[in-house]
Amino acid sequence: MTRWLLPAAVLTTLVAAWQVAASTGAIADALAIEPFLFPSPAEIASSMWEDRSLLAENALVTLKVVLLGFLCAATVGLAFAAALHLSNTLRHAFYPLLIASQTIPIVVVAPILMIWFGFGIGPKLAIVALICFFPITVNTIDGLRSVDPESIKTMRTLDASRRQIFHRVEMPTALPFFFSGARIAIAVAVIATVFAEWASSDASAAAGLGDLIFEDLARLETARIFAATVILSAIAIVLFGLIALAERRVVRWR
Amino acid sequence: MIPRGRLFDFPDPFSQVREVRQDTTVVRTEARDFAAGRGSPPSQQEATASVEIRGLEHRYGELTTIRELDLSVASGSVLGLVGPSGCGKSTLLELLCGLQEPVAGEIEVRGGGNAAARLASCAFMPQRDVLLPWLSALDNAALAPRNRGAGRRRARAEAAELFERFGLAGFERALPRELSGGMRQRVAFLRTLLSGKPVLALDEPFASLDAITRAEMQAWLARALEDDPHTVVMVTHDVEEALYLSDRVLVLSARPARVIDEIAVPAPRAPGRDATVTDPEFVALRERAMAALREGMR
Repeated sequence: MTRWLLPAAVLTTLVAAWQVAASTGAIADALAIEPFLFPSPAEIASSMWEDRSLLAENALVTLKVVLLGFLCAATVGLAFAAALHLSNTLRHAFYPLLIASQTIPIVVVAPILMIWFGFGIGPKLAIVALICFFPITVNTIDGLRSVDPESIKTMRTLDASRRQIFHRVEMPTALPFFFSGARIAIAVAVIATVFAEWASSDASAAAGLGDLIFEDLARLETARIFAATVILSAIAIVLFGLIALAERRVVRWR
Repeated sequence: MIPRGRLFDFPDPFSQVREVRQDTTVVRTEARDFAAGRGSPPSQQEATASVEIRGLEHRYGELTTIRELDLSVASGSVLGLVGPSGCGKSTLLELLCGLQEPVAGEIEVRGGGNAAARLASCAFMPQRDVLLPWLSALDNAALAPRNRGAGRRRARAEAAELFERFGLAGFERALPRELSGGMRQRVAFLRTLLSGKPVLALDEPFASLDAITRAEMQAWLARALEDDPHTVVMVTHDVEEALYLSDRVLVLSARPARVIDEIAVPAPRAPGRDATVTDPEFVALRERAMAALREGMR
């Protein structure tokens, strides 16, 4: 419990300080801006309550993109990692490209994807999956390669086939690595989704929190921007926690 | 739990005559192989060589690790290999087990010369137990039957029968991290044994244990091999361990490894490990081996 106490105390202090600074107009004065442009935590909370149905509606849209994009990345990433691990040829052919793919600025690719594939959910999923794919795949490959060679030698004298060594030794060894990749991926998946929603600038009613934030920027609805940001953080934290929980359930031997 | 006595798929006709170790060894090994679908029916012939190595040479890159090595191990006997660290002892075991091919020379295990044949006849027990941390003690022990296609229940039953004899009863479902060092080594040995292979290659089996557990495990292994003889090639850097557990000990030189002394350990040993290792004759052999070892390091 004491583990939570300290960060909670720090957070409370910061929020309280923010409340005082914002409600007295001190910061707005200092920045020489209108006071409504710098909302206090209380205003953000009330915006969250007043616009709860709008925010919830958009949050669900965002959550769907985050989860589907992540699942695509996890599925393709695992398959890709296994293929690259099992075939030297594939590894030599694709591993450098995999690393190089990370240097492509997704900021440039995203609008192009939108131009090619339109503004549906497809291109958004592609962007999220592209960003999640890397940490999952690279971690899983590292995990598969981290197997103790003695263990493989022993398994060979215990009549294990290549497939059995993969199933019984390499895959379980890689699991914790996969999970740490997945935790990184889910945290960036939320950011990636916001970016994808911005890039698509969807005109439909509920196009996700990212879309809402960028619309609100134009409308100077700062309180709701903060409210949406808090919800995005909460989504990321909960998903991160769920993955950590799943990891503890699955990787019981650690 | 399945009742004991169904350890292997055939009755043990030699339980009364274990004192005559050399003879029963051969016959029992043959009987087991025959039951497992290998070899010919049991016969009462002389102990024949189970492992035969001639003119072995191996290199690791530019480095010659083994040169002109000859050795043979009689079926059912225990050969101990001692030598300085890094002299290629572990490589020798990997070559024996068919995990590597030598640069030159021949290795025959029960008549089979190529790597696949050796792999089929040898089970390897590495220095670290390498138990799979996600499998229970029972499932770790049962890996070989599982790999050969036995169902989970059958493989577990096969392993479970030996758990009590190995002092592991009650720990079937424990994960490796919940076991003591000695227990982990026993599970590892059981796993090796359940491979059903006639030749066991043990690489410093107790090197990671503390002195007391180590002495206990040596005594335990001696008993286990007496109850269920196998052809064993054991690598160790502990001269006492080698002499205590082996019928014959080869002292190897520093790299490139060659045999510098061969010590036959007299068969009837004093009862108990403590009595054995303090026996004057044993002490004399130990000094001889130590002297040879020092010689070989120069």
